Amino acid sequence: MIEASGLKKTYRSKSGPVHALAGMDLSVPRGTVKALLGPNGAGKTTVVKVLTTLIRPTEGTALVDGIDVLSNPKAARRIIGVSGQYAAVDENLTGFENLEMVGRLYHLSAREAKRRAQDLIEQFELTEAGNRPVKGFSGGMRRRIDLAGALVINPKVLFLDEPTTGLDPRSRLSLWGIIKNLVSDGTTLLLTTQYLEEADQLSDDIAVIDGGRVIAEGTADELKAQIGGHRVVVTLVNPADAGAAREILGRHGDGEATVGTDGRTVEVGVINGPRALQYVLGDLGQAGVELHDAGMRRPSLDDVFLKLTGRHAENTDENAPAEKENAK
Amino acid sequence: MSVLAPENRQARPAPEPGAASMWLSDGWTVTKRNLTKLKRSPDMLVFAVLQPIMFVLLFSQIYGGSIQVQGTDYTQYLMAGIFAQTVIFGSTFSGSAMAQDLKDGIIDRFRTLPMSSSAVLVGRTNSDLVLNGISMLIMMATGFVVGWRVNAPFSSFLAGIGLLLLFSYAFSWVMALLGMSVKSPEVINNASFMILFPLTFISNAFVQSQTLPAPLEAFANWNPVSALVQAARELFGNVGSVPTPDAWPMQNAVPTVLIGAILMLLIFVPLCIRKFASISSR
Repeated sequence: MIEASGLKKTYRSKSGPVHALAGMDLSVPRGTVKALLGPNGAGKTTVVKVLTTLIRPTEGTALVDGIDVLSNPKAARRIIGVSGQYAAVDENLTGFENLEMVGRLYHLSAREAKRRAQDLIEQFELTEAGNRPVKGFSGGMRRRIDLAGALVINPKVLFLDEPTTGLDPRSRLSLWGIIKNLVSDGTTLLLTTQYLEEADQLSDDIAVIDGGRVIAEGTADELKAQIGGHRVVVTLVNPADAGAAREILGRHGDGEATVGTDGRTVEVGVINGPRALQYVLGDLGQAGVELHDAGMRRPSLDDVFLKLTGRHAENTDENAPAEKENAK
Repeated sequence: MSVLAPENRQARPAPEPGAASMWLSDGWTVTKRNLTKLKRSPDMLVFAVLQPIMFVLLFSQIYGGSIQVQGTDYTQYLMAGIFAQTVIFGSTFSGSAMAQDLKDGIIDRFRTLPMSSSAVLVGRTNSDLVLNGISMLIMMATGFVVGWRVNAPFSSFLAGIGLLLLFSYAFSWVMALLGMSVKSPEVINNASFMILFPLTFISNAFVQSQTLPAPLEAFANWNPVSALVQAARELFGNVGSVPTPDAWPMQNAVPTVLIGAILMLLIFVPLCIRKFASISSR
């Protein structure tokens, strides 16, 4: 359904050429959801822009539903729906007018555009925003209108670029609900995200990208198996215990335990989280190590990254509004 | 909630309309959007209406007493200058609005839709033409109040309005190209001020070019703004017995403006369409 191969995009900058895409291959079968997972600047937005006809790659080919997006962008635009990182809704139009305008520009008849806008307003629970200019509404509401705009024609292929970046947790959950619903209808979706949890929740298949290329690919389970299911993390009262704690965590973990830069946080990837935590706590107690805090957490993008590239992803704060990706 | 309810599966677009009807319908959709925007955020409209009124009053009532123009009354002389200045500044809005839409990601949205490739630009320049038309009406009304009169046949009066709007429309395309080429909307406002302010003031808009120092006089006589002002003055019958400078554009003001506007359109419309096909938010 989506087939891209050897995509390269090089920008000139004062400090030399920048390779936003460095030979990216991507394949999304019909009716499936693929998540592109990566930190800021990895090339997520750039590849979406190439596939949605917004920018031309320096090299490579891209097909969407068999249509070559480079040689026939107009035909591609008739079958895709796009919702970007920054809700591209017109602030001075009402929710209804925004959707109606998009419908008209997809060349629905005037009546059909109105009807479709009204349907989407109801389905997305936007009634409140329907008849008032978008200006006064929250980020979550704008994203919903923007997403609704991408669905005006029931697109064959849908692209969502960081649909929840910068949203509060409640709006994020609500948007996830909407996207899950869409996906259950068999829409082909390419989604980009910085959040492993989001990729896990919404997609069939994840491609981890870094430096403009895919560095790992697989289902969420396969990726997690690579990095361990959970992480056991303990915080010590006394940094002097770090060595002992590291040894104990390593004993029950899947791989070496690591000590954080603060010298008091020790963590390790484990296969069975709860059981490993029980053993770790028991052993630490016997060794007389005092703990400030202890628990399990799900692996984050940073863990995936550390495992795959040996370095940290730059932006790993799950709730921090992301910096704008540098894709010109 | 099912977003794709079965009956909605039929909401596929109708067979693609022909290129001409698509161009018309998309252009109109975008024009409507821009005009709605103007209606809802009236600061631009207020600016477009108040600024010309202030200029008319400032020059006719305050400076007017001190500025002498040989051969006619200053208010008669002044109005064409204010018309030209206002529509030229009005056209810069095409640039800042394109830059703003680009920044807001609206252009990205438009560019992923199967719409006519020039519709966004057509809609932009159309709605700015409407804005300039409104400004013209207000200025004329204010002009009449302070004593301005048209001393020409009605057809000539209409031709004058047409020429001013044609020039401003063509200039909108120049500004639209600039708007798509800069990094932020503010750049357009600053740049247009830096360039258009001298261009409109070192002209015959407010004073006779003969009264300027020699280098500035030469500049003023060949300044396209002067040709526009001179053409409007002629068509509105406001020249009186003011001598027309010998420079070719002054002697042939109406053809100069017509040729200039057509050249601008011939050059900048294709450049804009080409540029639009490759722009995206940063």
